Amino acid sequence: MTTATEVQNVLTATNVTKRFGGLVAVNEVNFTVGQNEIVGLIGPNGAGKTTFFNCLTGMVVPTSGLITFQGKPVFGGTTNWRARFLNRDARSLAPNQITQIGIARTFQNIRLFPNMTVLENVLVGRHCRTREGVFSAIGRGPNFHRTERGIRERARELLDFVNLKRDYNELARNLSYGDQRRLEIARALATDPGLLLLDEPTAGMNPNETHATMELVRRIRDIGLAVVVIEHDMKFIFNLCDRVAVLVQGQLLVEGTPAEVQADPRVIEAYLGAPAADGTEE
Amino acid sequence: MSTIDAAGELHQHRTLRSYLASGRAAVRRTATPYRLPVLAAGIVLTAVSSLLPWAKAGVSFTTDLAGDLSAAGLGGHRLYLLLLALFSLIGFTKVNGVRRALLALAVGALVICGYMFYELASGGGGLGAVAIGPWLGVIGSLLLLVAADTTLESPRLVWPPLPTIGDLALIVVAVGGLLALLVIGLDIQAESQFLSYSIAVGAAIAAAASLGANVALRAAFDRYRLFGYFVCLAAAIAFPFTQHGNATWMAVFARVGVFAAAAIGLNVVVGLAGLLDLGYIAFFGIGGYVAALLSDAVFTTVHVHVPFLLVIPLGAMAAGLIGVAFGAPTLRLRGDYLAIVTLGFGEIFRIVAINYTGLTRGPNGIAGIPDIRLPAWLGGFNFGAPHTLFGVLLPFQSNYYFLDIVLIAAVMLIFARLNDSRIGRGWIAIREDELAARAMGINTVALKLLAFGIGATLAGAAGTINVHIGEAIEPNAYQFFASALLLSAVVLGGMGTVTGAVLGAALLIGLPEKLRSFQEWRLFIFGLALVLLMRFRPEGLIASRRRKLEFHDPLEDPAGSLGTGLEEPA
Repeated sequence: MTTATEVQNVLTATNVTKRFGGLVAVNEVNFTVGQNEIVGLIGPNGAGKTTFFNCLTGMVVPTSGLITFQGKPVFGGTTNWRARFLNRDARSLAPNQITQIGIARTFQNIRLFPNMTVLENVLVGRHCRTREGVFSAIGRGPNFHRTERGIRERARELLDFVNLKRDYNELARNLSYGDQRRLEIARALATDPGLLLLDEPTAGMNPNETHATMELVRRIRDIGLAVVVIEHDMKFIFNLCDRVAVLVQGQLLVEGTPAEVQADPRVIEAYLGAPAADGTEE
Repeated sequence: MSTIDAAGELHQHRTLRSYLASGRAAVRRTATPYRLPVLAAGIVLTAVSSLLPWAKAGVSFTTDLAGDLSAAGLGGHRLYLLLLALFSLIGFTKVNGVRRALLALAVGALVICGYMFYELASGGGGLGAVAIGPWLGVIGSLLLLVAADTTLESPRLVWPPLPTIGDLALIVVAVGGLLALLVIGLDIQAESQFLSYSIAVGAAIAAAASLGANVALRAAFDRYRLFGYFVCLAAAIAFPFTQHGNATWMAVFARVGVFAAAAIGLNVVVGLAGLLDLGYIAFFGIGGYVAALLSDAVFTTVHVHVPFLLVIPLGAMAAGLIGVAFGAPTLRLRGDYLAIVTLGFGEIFRIVAINYTGLTRGPNGIAGIPDIRLPAWLGGFNFGAPHTLFGVLLPFQSNYYFLDIVLIAAVMLIFARLNDSRIGRGWIAIREDELAARAMGINTVALKLLAFGIGATLAGAAGTINVHIGEAIEPNAYQFFASALLLSAVVLGGMGTVTGAVLGAALLIGLPEKLRSFQEWRLFIFGLALVLLMRFRPEGLIASRRRKLEFHDPLEDPAGSLGTGLEEPA
């Protein structure tokens, strides 16, 4: 790998492995995401796509490997003093620290805060970018009001950005499925990420909504973010992504442009099974 | 769930939950022709029974029944029954919510009659002591119950928006009315009469709530919050002036005040951050021991006197620091595990206090704690002396009561402002979905630790005042039961609301003082009340809007006419 590409890569994951007991969910995966790139991550059910996302966001700690984001270690590398002190193999950042350095995600099964309003959900996303503490909250100085105004303004901007044309005081649980997905993206964007991980953003959407989501992901890329998308909708993936990686049984099978991946016989085999040896159907 | 037996019969097995749910859904849809006659008969019978004699002449009763019940006439218990009967006249109108209101009134009347039956029969030697009155009363209130049950279900009454003056008047009338009810109740000497009074007041408040009064009051409070707080403050300050220099109730309410402040602190931990803390009383005790040791008490091992204005922050800080030190390793635990660890911590505190005799004098405790004296530049005010204000003698306990008001106001302010801030939103997010909260960059451990520390600090501050009121401190006052009591106060009053915590503390600390002969029944009654509450109103008596949403399905209120109440101010 040359130095030039290393600089361009926002995310670099090298030989990432996650074992659950005897099961190898993610096996020696090498994966990079470049600046302003939309990368698709596909694979059959149980291939380890979501587990890989969880490794990237600290929800699960990988067994081995190295993950860096914008040159900063997310997992692996040198053991820090705290891990040494606790005599732990914890060379990884906690999920909140990973969000803090700029990786945001959405969830496969939507995980909004259901009893908070639309606006409040996005305000929570601003939490890690504001510093108002206890004394500021109790004292209510000018700083407090300025910050509150700022995050509300930003939240409204983001809700406009994802095209959520709803009453912002509506409870999140009352939104339609598609609106909930959009809200989740707005909430993730509120953390000012450099990399956005979308886990099946169009699951359960109709073709119109899927198309709108595609447009939205492009616009997110255009404002300077890198995006990784897990999706089962092949049309969506091949139309949207600059690069596609195929994960099968925890291993990275193929990686390349949509055209390359579509043409690769191994991908077809992974999805449809190998043709019978004598070429006849049973 | 349904099964088919050998004979091919289909059996419906219903779980208790589905039974209760279907019971709620079984709404009467057709009017019953006999409803109005039954209602009229019920009201007349109940009203008439309240004018008839209730006890046979010449029987002597072992319990104080408040006056001679063998003569015809009106007074005490019978007055409350008559009032409930008269309130039931609303059954003839067709306003929304009348069914629930009528149910509340009928149940209230029935409980009063049933209770009087018990008192008369048990105190006077069997049914022979019961005159015609209670019999008619039971029949009348049963008829009222039938009439209520046959009333058509209707949505809750929604009051039209009131003009400004109407809102302000509603606040004044409601707060003033509650103060008046409290003062009247405390003036009642006979315990049996006080119990009837409480039942009647409870039924009347429940009926008013069914008719939408609580929603209208809440709306008025929301529109004129500052005015509302001012009226509440005025009522709280006015209370000592109603006691004619009598110290009994001021002593009780001074204790209620500190426990209310501690309950609000616990509400930060339980209601806002959603952490179950079963050892909270330890922090109250730590504040108490700090204050006791620094007060130069008569029986103490440490002869140091620190001015009380310094002791409050010292006690609060000591409790807060110990809370943080204890919370740092334990707050990674969740739910039940955290509850068990906090339970253990509460016991550790108590046992240390018993055994570390060199400092705490062990089970003997520190006694003879002097009263608070403010420094000379604050007028040298002595909390141990009675004062006369506006020609009314205020016993020295009222000084502590006023100090409580200041403390509660401060704690309320902290609670409300934290709740409505970045930190408060983080707490809600943790309660809703901890994993998603972490994914949003919230340091959940730090934020939970913060809640724990703030709760401990507030408890420590309340604890310093508490020992000066009691003038002594000993470890066994800080048992698990005290933690459970505070937690019950929070859950009963309403998690996540300050008014709820204050109401809960007043009910759980104040009420037992009035009902002394129920002392041994106290735990049973608490338990029963909590079980009933969890079934019928899990969000507590005064619910926070968010908690209400968490406990109730949106489908229960399909009209959604009340909104979520979480709207942003324009």
